Amino acid sequence: MARTLITLPAAVRRDAVFQVRTLLQHPMESGFRVGADGRVLPRDIVRRFRCLYNGELVIEAELSPAIAANPFIEFSVRAVDSGSLLFEWTGDQGFAQREQRPLVVA
Amino acid sequence: MAGLARRQLLAAAGGLWLLRPVQATPESLNAALRDFSGGAPLREGRVQLDIAPLVDNGNTVPVSVAVPGVPAEQVLALALFTERNPQSEVVRVQFGPRAGERTMATRMRLATSQQLVAVARLADGSCWMQRVDVIVTLSACLE
Repeated sequence: MARTLITLPAAVRRDAVFQVRTLLQHPMESGFRVGADGRVLPRDIVRRFRCLYNGELVIEAELSPAIAANPFIEFSVRAVDSGSLLFEWTGDQGFAQREQRPLVVA
Repeated sequence: MAGLARRQLLAAAGGLWLLRPVQATPESLNAALRDFSGGAPLREGRVQLDIAPLVDNGNTVPVSVAVPGVPAEQVLALALFTERNPQSEVVRVQFGPRAGERTMATRMRLATSQQLVAVARLADGSCWMQRVDVIVTLSACLE
């Protein structure tokens, strides 16, 4: 499991709009670099990122090799009900990671 | 002996030429823009692409896209494209019903000084873009 860093408020007011920042530890090998042996290093990137809020879509991103290593994504969410945010990353070579964070809406 | 070394050097140089990295072209950028807009005409404006105009290190460049002055639920998708990275695509984002403001920030790689294009697709089918030129002193992707 790769390390993740997810920043979001622990509690928010109903209908408030808040920022969520996510960082995933991943090399994002672009597939354009040449290794020490002269061969092109195979591509190994995170292709997709998705965030669901109580099962409803917040944002879905399609990433490319032009995204820097340790992909960082910041976006905004509208608070509706208490529950949880689910973060999903999927990528090359069977990479898949899910993280869940609780959210209290006052 | 010296001739052989020279020959080897030339052969190696030829190999290096073959390994020259692929690069996106204005044509592939236009194709990517067309693919995202679905054929809708792209108009300048509304979208705001935030990036430092002078980039020290192309390996990780903070960039953000916003659509100020447009109601949030009108913005369906955002995308970012480059002119001279190995590929034109950078990121495409689709917003769901739980998204707040239609903004997105990430960190990207820049292979060289070039132009970036941010595009937003709105609910009425129109597409808006902003082009930004950046200067890169240390490039990414090629080391």
